[in-house]
Amino acid sequence: MNKTHNNKAWWLVLPMFALVAFSAIIPLMTVVNYSVQDIFDQNTAYFVGVEWYQEVLRNTRLHDSLLRQFIFSFSVLAIEIPLGILVALLMPKEANWKTSLVLILLALPLLIPWNVVGTIWQVFARGDIGLFGWAVNAMGFEYNYTANALDAWLTVLLMDVWHWTPLVALLCYSGLRAIPEAYYQAAMIDRASRWAIFRYIQLPRLKGVLVIAVLLRFMDSFMIYTEPFVLTGGGPGNATTFLSQSLTQMAVGQFDLGPAAAFSLIYFMIVLLVCWLFFTTITHMDKERQ
Amino acid sequence: METVSFFGWMAWTQPTALFFIGIGSILVCMTIWEIKRPCTERKGFLPIATTRGDRLFISLITSGFIHLSVVGATEWSIWTAFGLSVTLLLVTLKWG
Amino acid sequence: MMIGANAFSVRKLLGLLLYLLFVLLPIYWLVMMSFKTNEEILGQLTLWPAQFTFDNYVTIFTDPSWYMGYVNSMIYVVMNTLITLVVALPAAYAFSRYKFVGDKHLFFWLLSNRMAPPAVFLLPFFQLYSSVGLFDTHLAVALAHCLFSIPLAVWILEGFMSGVPKEIDETAYIDGYSFGHFFVKVFVPMIRSGIGVTAFFSFMFSWVELLLARTLTSVDAKPISAIMTRTVGAAGIDWGLLAAAGVLTIIPGILVIWFVRNHVAKGFALGRV
Repeated sequence: MNKTHNNKAWWLVLPMFALVAFSAIIPLMTVVNYSVQDIFDQNTAYFVGVEWYQEVLRNTRLHDSLLRQFIFSFSVLAIEIPLGILVALLMPKEANWKTSLVLILLALPLLIPWNVVGTIWQVFARGDIGLFGWAVNAMGFEYNYTANALDAWLTVLLMDVWHWTPLVALLCYSGLRAIPEAYYQAAMIDRASRWAIFRYIQLPRLKGVLVIAVLLRFMDSFMIYTEPFVLTGGGPGNATTFLSQSLTQMAVGQFDLGPAAAFSLIYFMIVLLVCWLFFTTITHMDKERQ
Repeated sequence: METVSFFGWMAWTQPTALFFIGIGSILVCMTIWEIKRPCTERKGFLPIATTRGDRLFISLITSGFIHLSVVGATEWSIWTAFGLSVTLLLVTLKWG
Repeated sequence: MMIGANAFSVRKLLGLLLYLLFVLLPIYWLVMMSFKTNEEILGQLTLWPAQFTFDNYVTIFTDPSWYMGYVNSMIYVVMNTLITLVVALPAAYAFSRYKFVGDKHLFFWLLSNRMAPPAVFLLPFFQLYSSVGLFDTHLAVALAHCLFSIPLAVWILEGFMSGVPKEIDETAYIDGYSFGHFFVKVFVPMIRSGIGVTAFFSFMFSWVELLLARTLTSVDAKPISAIMTRTVGAAGIDWGLLAAAGVLTIIPGILVIWFVRNHVAKGFALGRV
């Protein structure tokens, strides 16, 4: 659609801008202010310059936590995006009560508060009283998410897949439904294979929703806090101590506001960069093709 | 509890205030410039076609990472990073 | 040909059922736990409650400090959804119809608000809302959640609005509609589905969020997810009660998705990338 250039459109955006700016910019400025000071209490703070940044950037424990976070986020994306597309393709097309039922069942994990999600898996994955833990043990695998680091990590991953794949599936399902029937009929006439239909008709039309899905999943999994906190408390050892948890330990546990603020700003910049690169690449590819 | 003024809890310091004033004035100037003389997308040395605003954003985020690497990996003064960033900003705006 | 197609759809159905089983088993476990006594939950693995009990639900429905949590959560979630829609609708219209100074960057900035790690931002949030006198009100949580819901709302609505031909706007103006009149009477009804889907996502992300909601409230507006942490007592965790509370948190969501199911099934493709 060709859009008209009109700066008066700002008046339509202004209420939204004011509302978001209020909650976004003031806290952000405050965190920037924290990050250059040594804060003891409300009235006692010393300016320390870039000392916290220096400390945080050279702290190997935080490097590990960043690395763990990247591995986790990419694993999440690598599993949830293809699985979500697959589930969307499997879903019935007709608008009837069966489709409604599937939609509702599918959306259930999304509607559960995050701490409850952690609680569910805390019990469900236990070897003695949870079905999942019991089943895995019964199949002959040693599995104990409270003692084994790898098990704990995999459990958090499985929980995230369980929790968030429905979001990807719902978005993709909606995207698929928006493809006009004529496209499929044309493909039928051309005797296109199932794969060709997916590759050349469905996937390109899904791009819009997939960009949202990838960005949302990347941003949210990068900041994951509540679920692993409830499930494993970050343990065993540091195996499931993700970014947000290291931050909370620093900011709340030790009241090291300065380093925690510096650390979160660095993380913020990393996420911003990754999202911007992704967003720009996609936009750019789009223009290239036209 | 004592009454805390609205800005008290934000823990302002002079350097951070200057930083935000700086960013704010860059944004204001860019907006005025854009209204007076709307710019078109063009292709410079950056791999993609960009508008003035895009180039500003790219320079700012790169500057952020320049500062971080100088602080994290070297013993140089922060002003080295700042100088580098300003140069980068101007170069990118002009030829990017 | 027909047999092949049938075999294919059977495989599809099996795949879907397998996935739904994966989705539902943990929830089944939660529901069953809520009908068990704590001794049974911690004692052994049972697929069906040996002593079926409603005690956990009775506790929740008779204790105001429990059920008020649901009321509080509902209030701020509904407020959040309404505020989001009211401010996101005109904004999305502007994005879908006009170019203006800084539009692309404004959009990316909106999105970037989801990227900040919550842990350290909680303290400034607490202080910000305290300083304007909103601490422990439903409005504070609703406004804070706008930070996440508005960017997504603008994105989804813009996609729907771009699907409405511009000629409709122009015809309406020629017919003498004012902008406000046109927007409310003509345009909004045309993107009903988009509003439904947006409302669902705003509801969802606000309902399940815990950290901000817990930080910005203490007594009067305390959400259910924060009240649940109470079940962790000196005697350990009251699993049955926790499970019952958890089951009840799913129900409002089911109602909301029931209302928007047709809109989701009708499909939407998102334009802005």
